[in-house]
Amino acid sequence: MIRAFATFVFVALAALPARAIEIQQITSPGGIKAWLVEDHSIPFTSLSMMFKGGASLDAPDKRGAINLMTALLEEGAGDMNSVQYAEAVEGLGALNRFDAGDDALTISARALTENRDEAADLLRLALTDPRFDSDAVERVRAQVQSVIRNEATDPNAIAAKKLSELSWGDHPYATSVNGTEESVAALTRDDLVDAKNRVLARDRVVVAASGDITAQDLGVLIDRILGGLPEKGTVPLPEKTKLQLTGGVTVIDWDSPQTVVSFAQAGLPMSDPDYFAAYVADHILGGGGFSSRLMDQIREKRGLTYGVGTGLANGVYGETWQGGMASANGKVAEAVDLIRQEWDRFAEGGVTDKELNDAKTYLTGEYPLRFNGNGKIASILAGMQLIGLPADYVNTRNAQVEAVTAEDVQRVSKRLLHSDQIRFVLVGRPDGVTATD
Amino acid sequence: MNIFLRLSPLTLALAATPALAEMPKGISHFKLDNGLEAVVIEDHRAPVVVQMVWYKIGSADEQPGKSGIAHYLEHLMFKGTDKLGPGELSKTVTANGGMDNAFTSYDYTAYFQRIAADRLPLVMEMESDRMQNLKIGEDDWKAERQVVLEERSQRTDSDPGAQFSEERSAVQFYNHPYGRPVIGWRQEMEGLTREDAIEWYDRHYAPNDAVLIIAGDVTADQARELAEKYYGPVPSKADAARKARPQEPEQRSARRMERSDPRVAQPVMIRTTLAPERNAGDQKQAAALSVLAELLAGSAQTSVLARDLVLTGKALYVDAAYDGLTVDPTTFGLSLVPGPGVSNADAEAALDAALAKFLKDGPDPTQLERVKTQIRASRIYAQDSAHGRAYDYGQGLSVGLTVEDVNDWPDILAAVTADDIRVAAKLVLDSRASVTGWLLPDASATADAPQAVSADAAPAEEVQ
Repeated sequence: MIRAFATFVFVALAALPARAIEIQQITSPGGIKAWLVEDHSIPFTSLSMMFKGGASLDAPDKRGAINLMTALLEEGAGDMNSVQYAEAVEGLGALNRFDAGDDALTISARALTENRDEAADLLRLALTDPRFDSDAVERVRAQVQSVIRNEATDPNAIAAKKLSELSWGDHPYATSVNGTEESVAALTRDDLVDAKNRVLARDRVVVAASGDITAQDLGVLIDRILGGLPEKGTVPLPEKTKLQLTGGVTVIDWDSPQTVVSFAQAGLPMSDPDYFAAYVADHILGGGGFSSRLMDQIREKRGLTYGVGTGLANGVYGETWQGGMASANGKVAEAVDLIRQEWDRFAEGGVTDKELNDAKTYLTGEYPLRFNGNGKIASILAGMQLIGLPADYVNTRNAQVEAVTAEDVQRVSKRLLHSDQIRFVLVGRPDGVTATD
Repeated sequence: MNIFLRLSPLTLALAATPALAEMPKGISHFKLDNGLEAVVIEDHRAPVVVQMVWYKIGSADEQPGKSGIAHYLEHLMFKGTDKLGPGELSKTVTANGGMDNAFTSYDYTAYFQRIAADRLPLVMEMESDRMQNLKIGEDDWKAERQVVLEERSQRTDSDPGAQFSEERSAVQFYNHPYGRPVIGWRQEMEGLTREDAIEWYDRHYAPNDAVLIIAGDVTADQARELAEKYYGPVPSKADAARKARPQEPEQRSARRMERSDPRVAQPVMIRTTLAPERNAGDQKQAAALSVLAELLAGSAQTSVLARDLVLTGKALYVDAAYDGLTVDPTTFGLSLVPGPGVSNADAEAALDAALAKFLKDGPDPTQLERVKTQIRASRIYAQDSAHGRAYDYGQGLSVGLTVEDVNDWPDILAAVTADDIRVAAKLVLDSRASVTGWLLPDASATADAPQAVSADAAPAEEVQ
């Protein structure tokens, strides 16, 4: 009787939703480019601004400076101290988020239509005239150091940190954007000013907006916020880097009933002709939740974990194919073996037509669902510009997924998936697992 | 698969736009003859729809000795029916470009799919199917019990903060089952059987004990027609509704707890006190408590505790948390991490002094005005997420509120006065019904290693 639904599914596939979103590409009077999706149904605008390079532009001996600087942007600007500045933003009902990541420093802002200009003025002040008052610096510095200490006792963070360290050599990707307790302790106000000048500049910003604003008004708004920034950053953007990872097993002792597992091997850039084939392959192997082979073998069939998953991790400056899982100390060896077996089975045996079709239907069907809401649209559109995708990617992307054949999946799997090249980092007290180096 | 849901009081404030007696724009509701209540939330901006089915049954309805059964059954609900093989529902949703999941809390168990709007009939057919035709295979239930035990290991036993939280709840509630963890105590989870699960399902899973939410690119008429078609034929059950739970007696003793663990990076204090919940036609006190939490710690720079503790260096972080969307009385929570060089005792004394000052002086009018502005703005931003609004209605109706109660909530929040807040503050900040817990790095810990923590007064959501 399982067929009853299968028939329905087949029929439904013919009618994939394809309501294209309309992206306007504008240039502000001051020359700053932005993408816009206009929608006047709710009286607010979401704005996403990403400054390329992000925390990877930290000076080599000043790790954590850009992260600390970013956290201080909303802690006082112009003639307002941190409390006065926060009162002003809160009094407008505006929401601003500042985040320093590996690839970009991201500012996500929401403002009501009724006081959008005033909200923009406050953002401009934060970006162009932050105060870095010493009391705010010391307070936020202590908070960042506390985050660093906290990560040192979190097995997931410990595993991720070790994997990054093994992956990226002397590239900033190898270390946390937060820096270390020592590096953060040593940062001076001058370092924060220098950090700001490295990253907050008009030559490295991408902008997207969605909501209750016209193209013309957006142009004016962007100039209002960003026009006062220096034209150029003081340092060049980071170079792409090469993965240093080798196959093997790293074990970090941690007293816990479970072992946390992070693993990775080489990935491929989006410019690779087989990128979409790998993307489809990953979905079938481990990216597709309950539909994936890893979830089926390790959770559904054997109950060895609450969750296992993989993904193509494509940063602007480097990429891996990685995954994660947690499993009881006594069972994690079996679970890790199953990952290796599924890796080999995938590389050797390829995928069935049903797996391929199901994966493509998911990946193409899920894509338009992401664009539901001003906040999400602004964020996706800025992200696309950050990684260099054209605006019409939103309309061509599904065709690239559709074009993937079983042979493509087989070819890229054979090329990339090698179980002996996976590096597993295990944090816990795993039974029957030996570290290789 | 996990979505970890933590609704802040502000998020909860966000239901809909104009709210008086009539329904807000785009919101409609109806009830089928078999008792299924439904709410439709229209949002035609994107071709997406969310279906949620909330059962008004949760871990607080479990019998002593069977803790974890509500959540375990939630997992087994993915094991198939007469028509669907094990795991097929999720695979079908995924193969159609959608995602699905489920979660269990003290008061409800909910299932949802997010999918292209033209696939709504498909997910409604499958969800209505498992409302009445669940099959749990002999091979599946033991492996799934292992999965929920692994989930417990991952979420609770690998995290000293989560372990401490469940022990604090056990101490907070003398008699009410909110004192038991949603996921269950390990030794009881190990003994749960297929029969336990089937009995739970047979008794409680029925249309007259459920709430259907359809949110997104659908009209009220379409939703109603589909609901009639798929859920209409599901028979109701006579005895499905939850029974009244044992209630708390008067609590006269403030309690203190302490735990050290080498996996803890820095000391953190969490204090909870019993607090009233939102009730149908009676949400004013809960609204005052929600605004109180915002005033105390809603802003890292301008809130009462941020000014008195964080800006002065006494604490690195403070938080206040209250979630009134529960069936029975809940908790109001406060937490802090001591500042560099500040002893735990000094940090706690500074907190007590700040609270005493607030109790004496009441809220600052300009701060209250700013919080009201933020609540008003949040209400507009909330319209950006149909999924978020689906939660507001689903959770509200699951804990016994009416659609009108959910509609009215933003207005009730907006109407909170300084006097209401003084009364609410007295109720939860000057109470013996409290548990103050210190989670410490180890016995010889210093006080300078902080961590961002929330006072989790909100019931934990356990997710499939």
